[in-house]
Amino acid sequence: MLSKVWYSLNGLSSKKPLKYILYISAVIIFFALILIPPIIGILSKVDSLDAVLNDPIMVDAVLGAIGASFAIGLVVAALDLLAGVPLAWLITRGKSKWLTVLDTLADLPFVVPTAALGYSLLLFWSLSPAELFGQPFVSPGWGLVMLLHFTFSFPVVVRVIVGALLDYKMEYERASRTLGAPPLTASRTVTFPIIKPSLIAAYTLAFARSLSETGATFIVAAGLFLNGPVFIQTVSNQFSSGAISQNTYEGAIVFASLILIVVSLILFILIRVLGKKIKLPFGHGLPTFEKKLSYKKGAYVRDSIALAVFFVIVLVPSLFVALPAFQAIITGSTFVEVFTGSGIWASFWSSLGLSYALAAIVTVLGILFGLPMAILISRKTFGQLPSAILDTLINVPIIVPSIALGVSLKFFWSNLSGVPEFLLLIFAHLAITYPYFVRSMSAAMERISIEMEEASKTLGAKPLTVFRSIVWPITKYSILSGAIIVFTRSVSETGATLAVASKLKTAPVLIVDWVNSVRATIPTIPGVDTLTVGLACGLLILFSFIILLVLRLLTKKGKV
Amino acid sequence: MPDVRVVNVVKKYGKVYALNNVSLNIHDQEYFSLLGPSGCGKTTLLRLIAGLIDPDGGEIYIGDCRVDKAPPEDRDIGFVFQTFALFPHMTAWSNVLYGPKVKNYDTKQAETIGHEVLELVKLSERLNAYPNELSGGMMQRIAVARALAAGAKTLLLDEPLGQLDAKVRNDIRYEIRRMAKDLKLTAIHVTHDQAEAMSISDRIAVMKKGKIIQVGTPKELYMHPNSIFVAFFIGESNLLEGHITKSDDKIAEMELREGYTIEAFNQKKLKMGDRAVLAIRPETCAMRQGLINENRNGLFGVVEKTTFEGTIVRYDIRLVNGDRFLINRPSLTEEWVSIGQEVTITYPLEKAHLFPYPENGLNDEISV
Repeated sequence: MLSKVWYSLNGLSSKKPLKYILYISAVIIFFALILIPPIIGILSKVDSLDAVLNDPIMVDAVLGAIGASFAIGLVVAALDLLAGVPLAWLITRGKSKWLTVLDTLADLPFVVPTAALGYSLLLFWSLSPAELFGQPFVSPGWGLVMLLHFTFSFPVVVRVIVGALLDYKMEYERASRTLGAPPLTASRTVTFPIIKPSLIAAYTLAFARSLSETGATFIVAAGLFLNGPVFIQTVSNQFSSGAISQNTYEGAIVFASLILIVVSLILFILIRVLGKKIKLPFGHGLPTFEKKLSYKKGAYVRDSIALAVFFVIVLVPSLFVALPAFQAIITGSTFVEVFTGSGIWASFWSSLGLSYALAAIVTVLGILFGLPMAILISRKTFGQLPSAILDTLINVPIIVPSIALGVSLKFFWSNLSGVPEFLLLIFAHLAITYPYFVRSMSAAMERISIEMEEASKTLGAKPLTVFRSIVWPITKYSILSGAIIVFTRSVSETGATLAVASKLKTAPVLIVDWVNSVRATIPTIPGVDTLTVGLACGLLILFSFIILLVLRLLTKKGKV
Repeated sequence: MPDVRVVNVVKKYGKVYALNNVSLNIHDQEYFSLLGPSGCGKTTLLRLIAGLIDPDGGEIYIGDCRVDKAPPEDRDIGFVFQTFALFPHMTAWSNVLYGPKVKNYDTKQAETIGHEVLELVKLSERLNAYPNELSGGMMQRIAVARALAAGAKTLLLDEPLGQLDAKVRNDIRYEIRRMAKDLKLTAIHVTHDQAEAMSISDRIAVMKKGKIIQVGTPKELYMHPNSIFVAFFIGESNLLEGHITKSDDKIAEMELREGYTIEAFNQKKLKMGDRAVLAIRPETCAMRQGLINENRNGLFGVVEKTTFEGTIVRYDIRLVNGDRFLINRPSLTEEWVSIGQEVTITYPLEKAHLFPYPENGLNDEISV
């Protein structure tokens, strides 16, 4: 029966019109569900802008917050690059067998949902030292926000640069060495210029993540510091507690979102354009200086600093939250409560379930909608220009801060009454994760030579067979890693979720609530204390890690 | 005085020896080739000399300096890569100037050098083009120019002609030799193409499975191969198997299959009863029609196939004992022999080489 269905589908797949219907519907879904709604959502509330523009205090607050957002994003992304490049270098070029372990560890902060990460950092840098030494290493506020953003965007940077260095042909660097360049000069004049697109991509991604992160920033800012997303969140809280009118609320949000979106679009275009023009100076006399830094001592110092930064600033603070969880294991009694789901834990389990169900649905939908789009972009089915345009457009949701995206989606869908909140959540998460999947997939497709597909076709394979027998085996790793990114992004997404949902709470949203309750920035939730928050974060990390591990193992064994 | 010396060099990949105790002396201003089938270790040896990989043992000298611990940029070498490795983000001109610039020459000096080397490689146009816009031949010239511009006295070339089509390849190989000679460079050229190595080298080292089998001028290798492998790999050889039935210091008598006996010079001092292989080059033999029994070095057979290859005709002959034998004869100055004709083949004793039968069998000896 199944084989019959496959056979007829396969036959149909070679029919041109059907193929085009598939592609066109992928494009339509992209526009209808992902690109258009937020734009219309924002535009529909433009009227409320007046309320804000006439209120200079509000305007100052918005501009200050957004200025802080961009300043932190730009600086943090640069710092990430500075620290991430040496670590990526060590991972790809070092000779120790421990480097594979390091490589895996570098991914670890990825699986920690940012809300848990934020709390973990708050504990590590501020609360615990305050308890132990009487004063925090870093007080909540902009310093801690910078540390936080550095930490959660670091793995992205390392991942991108490790990939670039692995793809890079060492022959160029060897050529440079034989022409008389010491290692450092060779990297500056040859390796880095050649992998520059990846450096720019890493910078952009780190910048974008920093711009849109909401949940964790809200936790570590602790009401003392405002950036764009935290401002939007604060205004939403004020509105729901009745402190400001609907008009002020909508106006402030539309104003903040518009500026965020427009400025980030401009900045990204600038980074793209200027990035191409930036050239590292050749530097007369520099090679002599660099030669001194290239060998033993210099390399040793560089590796040590890279490792120290990674362990002390990224890894240990990220996992620090697990400590209270261990404490809970020792006390035992909490555990019974946790696993019987009594008291506040009932809400924890239901939000955890909601998070994973949501992530699973979004991942499946993302693959279904994203795959035809990725093929369309990489194979240039509709021609060069449409491909390039689509390629640029799918990036928009990455660039737009997720809370702004969430808010505009909410505005759009609230015009149509009767859309369930769960559906809204799916749309929001789909919009945010979609670009990541299409991106990694189309890059993978571009790496397969079209000749292989053509060879398969000349041997009589129908398009669907070509996909199953050629494209899938070669790209399945990319499909899965794309799926992993979508899944983890969805599980840790806070900003847009907060914006679109008022009744449903996903796990990160719940954790943000609990943390704020402990910090007494919102009315206290009975039964929530430091221990419960630590345990909740620990469990969230544990489950995410297990799911990731299973996915990784599945890909490795080639069972899929 | 950049003579290059390699002493007892060992390189292992896991448990496999890429180079097993290799020693080599390359003279100053010599054009030297490393020749061998793929996987023989020739590229590994070149990369060790350049410092692109580190040896597991042994010493390497360039001039008077021991360099095996020195980084590549301190070895004063120029390297031409098989894939050219032109920097894709720089124009052809910037590629050429790269060496002088990292060596801290001032701009004017660097440009003077650039013009000089470009004149040497006869390239003066499309200098502002990026590598992906250049043809294979031009990329090759830029790669050579870039290596020369760095001013090194030792030029290392890794299959520099491998990516070019046949016609361009033949032109460029003589040019590289001419440049090396004009600039008084020591050149080490890696190739698997024996015709290329023979036509441009002063001396050649023939390598196989991580070892150097023979070092000599092209003529020495051709005329006096020291092993069955060299006889087979340099040019062509018929290999006849048998055992020695009679021997003295000069002449050995060898019995082939079916009790068929022939004679050869006994250079390797084989004894009666030894298994042996006789290598005879196809172009050294004379052939007459009919079976003429007058020499001890005559072979009888029937022509099975003829192939016209322009200047020569190749005859595939089935000897009376069943062995196959190949002969090349000039095509224009001789009458051709037709298929099915019985023939008598004679070979000059001094040009046939008698070797003991290899320990691991003949197929293993000539396998690459």
